[in-house]
Formats: sequence, C-alpha cells, structure tokens
Amino acid sequence: MNTVVLLTLTGLGLAALYFLVASGLSLVFGLADVLNFAHGLFLGVGAYATWWASGNLPGAGPDGFGFVLAVVFGVLAGSLVAVLVELVLIRPLYSRTIEQVLVTVGLSLAGVALLQATWGADPRPFPRPDWSRGVTSVLGAQVPNAGLLLIVAAAVVLGALLAFLRWTRYGLIIRAGVENREMVTALGIDVRKAFTLVFAIGGAAAALAGALGGVYFGTVSPGQGGSLLIFAFIVVVIGGMGSVVGSAYAAVAVGLLQQFVNYYGTSGLGDLCVVGLLAVVLLLRPQGLAGKVAHA
Amino acid sequence: MVEPVLSVADLSVRIAGLHILQGVSFEVAPTGVTVLLGRNGVGKTTTLRAIVGLTPRGGEVRGSVRMGARSLLARPTHRLVRDGLGYVPEDRCVFAALTVAENLRLAERRGVTPAYDKVFALFPELERRGRQRAGSLSGGQQQMLAIGRVLLNDNRLLLVDEPTKGLAPKVVTEVAEVLERVAESVPVLLVEQNLAVVRRLATDAVVLSAGKVAWTGDAQELLLETALTKSLLGVGSAEVHS
Amino acid sequence: MTEVKSAEAPAPPAAVPDELTPGRARWHGLRPYLPLVALVVAAILPYSTLHLPGIFEGPLNSPGTLQLLAICLVFGGLAAGYDLLFGRTGMLSFGHALYFAAGVYGTDILVTKAGLPLWQAGVLTVIGGTTLAALLGAVALRTVGIAFAMVTLAFAQVGAILVARDFGGLTGGEEGLPLDVSGLPSALVGVTNTVNLYWLALAYLAIVVLVVHRVSGSPTGRVLAGLRDDERRIGVLGLDPYRFKLVAFTLAGGLASAGGVVYVLIVGGASPHITSSELTLSLLVMVVLGGPGTRWGPVLGGVLYMYLDHRLTAFGSSEAVNSLPAFLSHPLSQPLFVLGTVFILAVYFFPGGLASLRSRLAPLLTAIRRSR
Ligand SMILES: Nc1ncnc2c1ncn2[C@@H]1O[C@H](COP(=O)(O)OP(=O)(O)OP(=O)(O)O)[C@@H](O)[C@H]1O
Ligand SMILES: [Mg+2]
Repeated sequence: MNTVVLLTLTGLGLAALYFLVASGLSLVFGLADVLNFAHGLFLGVGAYATWWASGNLPGAGPDGFGFVLAVVFGVLAGSLVAVLVELVLIRPLYSRTIEQVLVTVGLSLAGVALLQATWGADPRPFPRPDWSRGVTSVLGAQVPNAGLLLIVAAAVVLGALLAFLRWTRYGLIIRAGVENREMVTALGIDVRKAFTLVFAIGGAAAALAGALGGVYFGTVSPGQGGSLLIFAFIVVVIGGMGSVVGSAYAAVAVGLLQQFVNYYGTSGLGDLCVVGLLAVVLLLRPQGLAGKVAHA
Repeated sequence: MVEPVLSVADLSVRIAGLHILQGVSFEVAPTGVTVLLGRNGVGKTTTLRAIVGLTPRGGEVRGSVRMGARSLLARPTHRLVRDGLGYVPEDRCVFAALTVAENLRLAERRGVTPAYDKVFALFPELERRGRQRAGSLSGGQQQMLAIGRVLLNDNRLLLVDEPTKGLAPKVVTEVAEVLERVAESVPVLLVEQNLAVVRRLATDAVVLSAGKVAWTGDAQELLLETALTKSLLGVGSAEVHS
Repeated sequence: MTEVKSAEAPAPPAAVPDELTPGRARWHGLRPYLPLVALVVAAILPYSTLHLPGIFEGPLNSPGTLQLLAICLVFGGLAAGYDLLFGRTGMLSFGHALYFAAGVYGTDILVTKAGLPLWQAGVLTVIGGTTLAALLGAVALRTVGIAFAMVTLAFAQVGAILVARDFGGLTGGEEGLPLDVSGLPSALVGVTNTVNLYWLALAYLAIVVLVVHRVSGSPTGRVLAGLRDDERRIGVLGLDPYRFKLVAFTLAGGLASAGGVVYVLIVGGASPHITSSELTLSLLVMVVLGGPGTRWGPVLGGVLYMYLDHRLTAFGSSEAVNSLPAFLSHPLSQPLFVLGTVFILAVYFFPGGLASLRSRLAPLLTAIRRSR
C-alpha cells in the first residue's frame, strides 16, 4: 500500500513536469501550428536563470523568499526568451510550417550548445531550499517534498491556464484560434498577438518546469530539456494538440504508467510502455490525433 | 454612374499550379445586392477569399481590388475587416466548441459598441441560446450566428458566401428575409446558387465562367433570359421559374 | 518547402547562346560523366600523399584522414537516403537515426555477441532494419504532417531507451559495444587497412545515390514528388498515398541500416549517441543545408556537416579562437552552436541549400562573362 501511494505520488510528480512542458507545447502547436523543438531550450533557460539568480541576483538566494524570487526570475527569463524567439525567428516565417520547425530545430541545437559553452556540459548542483530536501508522510508513504511541490505547481498552473482560457478576451481568442485561425482574423482580430502571448505562456511554464525540475533532480545540465521534450511530445499527441485539459490527462496517464511499470517491471520498460500507449492511441483514432481537439 | 463600393480589376488567382481566376473584373454597387453566379467549382469562393486576403498559402494573387480609394490586396485580413469589410464564409465556420455568446463576443472590438440590439432583433434565437455550444446548433441557426457576429460591427460591404447551402426550404426563406433586411442598410456581394433567393434579393449580377467574367448586368434581366441563364449556369428553365 | 529547386535542371545560360561559346558546349557534353569522374577521383584519392595543412591533420592517405573521409562519405549517403523522405516525398521524419542505429547495433551484436561471420551479420541486419522500417512506418504513416514527425520521434526514442538501458546485456549501455574484430575479414581490420573501409564507404555512398536517383526517376518517384507538392491531387488520381509513402519509408530505412553496417566497421564499435534524436536532427540539417530534393545537395550537405562537426572541434580549441574574448570563443568552440546557427541562417536566406547556390550565382557569372 505504501509503495502504491509513493509510486502514485512520484508518478504524479513526473506527470506534473510533463504537463508543464506539454501544455505550452500543445497551445503553441494548436494555435500557431508550430512544432516547437526549442521548447526544451526554454526549460534550460529557466533552470539556468534560476540557478544563476540564486547565487547572483540581489535579494535572491537558495532558500525561503530568496528562492521564490530566483524562480520568478527564471520564469521571466524563459518567457522573455520565448517571446524573442517568436518575434524574431518564428513570425517572419508566418504560416510556413516546415521552415518554422526547421528553425526551432536549429535553435534547439545551437541553444543547448550555447548553454553548454557558457556553463559547461557537466551537471551543476542546483539550489534546493531546505524544505524541499525533506519528505512528507502521506498515508504512510514517505514522499519527497520536491515532488509534492511539482504537483502543486502544476495544479496551480492548470487552474490558472483554464481560468485564463475561459474568462479572458485573449483566452477566448486562443480557443477560437485553435479551432479555426483563419476565421479569427476574418473577424478583425490580429491573431499574431495571440501567438506571441502563447509563446510567452509556454515559455514561462517550461521555465517553471526547469526550475522545479532542478529542485527535484538536484542538478541542472544543458541537455535536460531534450529528453523531457520527447515525452512531452508524446503527451501532446496523446492528449490532442491544442487541448490543455487533454495534456493534463495524458501527462497523468504517461507519468503513472512510466512510474509503475518501471518499478514493477524492469527499469526502462515503463518508457517503452509509454511509446506503446502512443502507438495504440494512434491505431485506434488516428484522425482524432492529427485533427485538433478544440476545447480548453 | 454612382461610385462603386468595391471594384475588382483583372483579378487573377493561382492555387497549387491551377489558374483558377484568369483576370476577373467587376464592380459592386453601393446599394443593394450584387450576386456572384457561376457553376460549381468555377471560383466564386476563391474570388471572395482573394478579396478578404484569405487565399491559401502558396497561392498567387494578381490584379487590383479597391474599396473606394483604398487598395485591398497585400493588406492583412484583420485590417480589411476592421475597415468595414464583413465576411460570412461558405459553410458558416462558427467556432463549434465555443458558446453562441462567445462566438458573438469574439467579434466585439475595442472602442466600438457592439450592436447587440440590432443582431438580437434580427435573430432572437441567438439571444435565447447564448449558452449553447455553437457546434450543437442546427445548420440554419449556425448560419444566423455567422451572419449575426458580422453585423455586430458596422460594415461598408458584406461578402456572403452561399448562405442557404444545405438548408431546408423553410430556413432558406428565413435567411433570405434576413439578408433582404440587412441589404437595406449595407451593400452585399452575395454568392448564391438558389435562383429563387437570387430572384428575391439580387439587383445586379456577375456571372463567372472558365476563370473569367462571362456576363454582368441587371440580375432580374438575367433571370428573365432563360436561355442565357441556362447556358451560363447550366440550370433548367423549370428551376429558374420555380 | 514548395520552392525546392532541382539541381538537375540548371538555370538556362541567359543571353549567352551556346554556339557562341564552344567551351561551354564541350562542357555540357561532359556533364553526364562528371559523377563518374568524381567517383574515380574519390577512389584514387587514398594513393595521394598530398598534405593539406589546416584542412586535414595528416596527409590524405594517412589512416586518420581516411577514417574522417569515410565517416563523411557514410553520412553523405545517409543524408541522400533521408532526402528520399524529406526532400523528395515531403515526409518530415524525426526518427531516421533509429534505422541507422539498428544497422550499427545489429551488426555489432550479431558479430560480437552471436559470433556470426560479417557477411551474414550484415545481410541479416539490413533485412532486419528494412523490416523494422516497414513495420514502424505502417503505424506512423497513419498520421500525417507534424503528428507523423512526433510519432517517428517517439519510436526512435524507444531505440534510444533500449540501447541505453542495456536489456539483456546486449548493447553495453552507456559504454557502448566495441566490435569484436577477431572474426572479421583481415582486410577490414587494423589501421593499415583503413583505406579498404574508405572504399567501402565510397561504394555505399555510390549505391545510395544510384538507388535514390533511380527511384526518383521512376514512375514511383514521380508519384512521390506529387505527394510532396500536393497530396490531395495524388489521391484524386486514384493512387493510395499511404502505400507509396510506406515504400519510400521502408527503402530509406533499409538504406540507413546498410549505412550502419558500414559505419560500425569504420569506427569499430557502437556507442549510444547514434541513437539520439540529435542525430536525426543533424540529418535534417545536412539535407536542408545541401539542398533538399536535389541529386547532390544532400550528399554535399552530409559530407560537409560531418567534416565541420569533426574539424570545428579542433578549430574551437585552436589559438585563433582561444585568443578571442570569452563570450565569442566559448560558443565558437561548440560545433553544434556554429552548425545550428548556420542552419537557421540557411533556412532564412538559402532555402534551396548549397545546391541552389549555382543558379543563384548564375546571373552574376553571366554578367561577369559578358563584361569581358
Ligand atoms: N486550396 C486549393 N487547392 C487546390 N485547388 C483549389 C483550392 N481551393 C480551390 N481550388 C479549386 O479551385 C476551383 C474553384 O474553387 P471555388 O471553391 O472557388 O469554387 P466555387 O465556385 O466556390 O464552387 P462551389 O459552388 O462548389 O462553392 C475548384 O476547382 C477547386 O477545386
Ligand atoms: Mg464556393
């Protein structure tokens, strides 16, 4: 029983990480048709900016309020980079989907290399607030606090995103744009502003994943975003592109499946099962996945 | 001769290597309904989409389209629409996952009071069904929504693409009635296959054939000339007089 | 990618009629034989002791240089095979490294762990790699466009996981699996025989180019090009896009696994980095840099990319770079930073890749010629 609780909660922690990366990916893809390989870079920027801020930014530090400030700095940095990427690199290629993918591919290669050039290829120890190193007893299981932090953060982000999509003007534009971008412009709306916004949101969520993932794993390294990104892609495809709720469900399914199978089977088998799940979903409803699922 | 609200000159559109429009020229009168006719697949939708700047990617548009002194080509769609070009697309294209109210709200613009009273007077149904998802509306109701959201703002010209397509005869009459009232205050460029609706609404007609304009003139005159209508549109006289 | 230009259709020599320039006419007569000439030159290259300081570390016939050249040739072939998907059919696969890795690890495992003779291992591996491509392609091709890209990426990830986790102790995990050379033909073993591996790589490249050329010239190839330009029109013709795409996918997968067989001999073992998605992304970079859908562009892109990838490392640690301020020298010492940046610039400014350079420069050249 303890094991099941522990596995569930660590699985949800993993799911939270996937969701933070996948939600932005899914919105960017759903609205702007951009398959963003540079999304992992936003995560890396968030992680390194948090790490840097905790050591260098006045007022920020590895613990308490200082750490919150460092994370805020990291999230802002990730968001800023995402906005710049959209404005400078993606926008000039508006609606040329393949070229946009190619540019994000180049960016992911060059960006990770740049992180590596600046801070080295080796993992660096990440600032971890004391509290996050401890464990909390949940139904008899000793669950790492860093994992719980991820779950809470992802839940808050999910709630905030849904509220944003449901209640704000831009949320409305994004939901409509995911369904039919052309018709949004035909109502007199400049949908490209919404693109920038979606990049900013996606970049912020990914950067948060980078910062909290750093706390969870205890280290930060340039390639961290890359491996997460592939599972985030899988989550996006399973969940239906453009759907935040779909991403949340799919992230939970993928996280739990991975965690349980890796524990009860051999290590690594869970990862394979996730890809198997993807194949099954594709075989059962291929058109449902290629087509966008259009709700928040 | 009164100044036309829209003049299209030598409009040529290529999509995916197909030369769909090959130099189309016509004008839209500042009042009444100008109807754009032609057989299926001749390029009526392509013409409207080129005017609002929605030619698909890779497509090539040449020629000139002017609204007053202003050239429309090369300006982004959302600007054209803000400048008073209302577009009601073929197949309605309402946002199925959004509610009726949200569909309407999307058309609101900053600094402009949306004319909800006017729209709800025309379509009381839309007010009652505000919370219903647009995807679950009937075809006729969706068409009302597609027209209604365009009417929330003032327009200098409306482009309406086959508003009666696939609707039951009774609903066709309702849509025609609405368009008749709308056309009292704003000029309309209408694509319509239903000749009974054309007879009821149209003042001028433009007929496309093989990528070019084959006939322009008074719409009622065209309908009277059964043989001409038949050769241009490929419809029988029974249909014309039904 | 609608504007893929073809290298086989050179720009007409504007305003310079052929009969006025006999030299050009003779040149045109020679053109069909150029590939053959290039092949012969490449084949006799190892007999040269030429030393090109700065370009290669040792003379041309030194084992180090020959190995680097052999790797470049294999990647030229790989890129040409990948272009069958991307440039000629318009399929954006992010999992092509999987079939290459299958070739590398398949051969290595069959030789080292199962003790099979090389030729059996090679044949089995290519058959296995082709079958794998057919099976996975059959699933992945149920999606199109971006979804297809994601699915192929996910499948390739399985390969990476299998290799990294070392199931059954077959792959050697993170350490990789050195090739057991004791059972190999002696002509392929040892530093002095690097030249044979070079020729093997050259043969592989030649075969891939020939196959890709043949296929794209055939009726099937024209259907593939049609799929790239507008899939709907192929559907309208009553042809099934799925089957044609599957044929291209399987063929490209088979060619990649054959490349893996050659590669494992050249580098003498398998290491997990060849399973990474980064390798597929590099293939994409090679093809786009070279010129998608052209006969020589991808080959050129592949050779040049691999060369730069190896040489930029040396360049990055050279005096010239080290003497630059840190904010310049650090990024420049990362080959992927340089290549990634060049790639982004190429997407913006050279959509046709290297292969389009000639037609882009043509107006300039004719202008120069005329002014003389
Ligand atoms: N994106 C596209 N790609 C290829 N061909 C297209 C495209 N859009 C339109 N066409 C072709 O252009 C021609 C004109 O199409 P269009 O939709 O304008 O006709 P239409 O007159 O509106 O027909 P209908 O009365 O059926 O609505 C058709 O033959 C159509 O197949
Ligand atoms: Mg039409």
